[in-house]
Amino acid sequence: MYPFTYVRATALADVTQRLKADPDAKLLAGGMTLLPTMKMRLAAPSQLIDIGRLTDLTGVSAEGDGLTIGAATRHAEVAAHATVQSVIPALAALAQGIGDPQVRARGTLGGSVANSDPAADYPAAVLGLDATVITDRRSIPAGEFFKGLFTTALATDEVIRAIRFTRPVRAAYAKFAQPASGYAMAGVMVAELATGIRVAVTGAGPCVFRWTDAEAALTRHFSSESIDALSLNPSGLNADLHADAAYRAQLVKVMAAQAVARLTGTAR
Amino acid sequence: MNIELNINGSTHSVECEDRTLLVEAIRDQLGLTGTHVGCDTSQCGCCTVHLDGQAVKSCSMLAVQAQGARITTIEGMASGDTLHPVQMAFSACHGLQCGFCTPGMIMASADLLRRHPDPTDDQIREGLAGNICRCTGYVNIVAAVKTAAKMIQQAPANRA
Repeated sequence: MYPFTYVRATALADVTQRLKADPDAKLLAGGMTLLPTMKMRLAAPSQLIDIGRLTDLTGVSAEGDGLTIGAATRHAEVAAHATVQSVIPALAALAQGIGDPQVRARGTLGGSVANSDPAADYPAAVLGLDATVITDRRSIPAGEFFKGLFTTALATDEVIRAIRFTRPVRAAYAKFAQPASGYAMAGVMVAELATGIRVAVTGAGPCVFRWTDAEAALTRHFSSESIDALSLNPSGLNADLHADAAYRAQLVKVMAAQAVARLTGTAR
Repeated sequence: MNIELNINGSTHSVECEDRTLLVEAIRDQLGLTGTHVGCDTSQCGCCTVHLDGQAVKSCSMLAVQAQGARITTIEGMASGDTLHPVQMAFSACHGLQCGFCTPGMIMASADLLRRHPDPTDDQIREGLAGNICRCTGYVNIVAAVKTAAKMIQQAPANRA
């Protein structure tokens, strides 16, 4: 790692000040992506502002028709939280499937969402459940948040405070994990919301995206056979040594059908 | 910078850089070399320690981030000459071959048993997904965790 200055933040206002004053500063929450990236010298921030212990940013609260989860809440806490398990079980299950136990003990919801890693799990929940990203200055609907490979709508000095999830009618997440890393080679959140069906795909493209053909097909008839009849165009999908684009397109289809099968109670 | 780390029940003053990893402070500064470095990329779990009772990978956090937390390393698991039940079970079941991954396996297993006092084989394998045994001695590792669970249930006072 290249040298940097470490600061432990004590208040959110202080964080914003520091980010404004130093454009090369980065926020450190769980550090499960940032620190390994810095160790590989792929990132060299001048300053790390540790927000991992800001109590304003942690915890789960049930509000009205959903949940608000603080940005610095760890994956393990989301996975084990009784309120998350009862209000949006698919979200708790998704969190339980991230990385491994040690990673879940450190990694945070806000960190995963802000990083917009193409293979991260949480973006599929945020987009698939049509969540709202609440920052220190505004609320951003999921559909406007994820902009591309490691790119979001966040300004460089903007801090995610929490994510607000509305309770879906039903939802399920199915993922084909890379066996060594646990990252999604294809992960699909299928959700029936009050506003309609959503199918959000992670791991397959440069950034999480909605598979609108699947949404339309499931709106017509909610069954895994509706997915079987579709094909996802592999053009633009990720290709690496683990899976080429055509194979990933097939995995997306299989994962989408599995998620639907779980919701309709048919084994797959 | 000078930081204070609470390790295995006592507070240590450690002189380190902002970028010093927790595992470097534990091994190089404090000489607690039971915590190993395997992959150094947060995959193998050899460097697992407990941070406020939870298993974490000490190669993937900064020493300074651990200020104010309670850290336990493999050296802090035994009470005096009495090994922790997980240590006894790994010995009894020969849950190791070369032994390099063992400290991390034991730390991860102890955390796993805290969350699942009577784990199924699947829960053990899922709970140890962050730890790699390059000798592939997983069968006896799973047996050791099951044995440790029984030992803790029979004598809960043994639980660290």
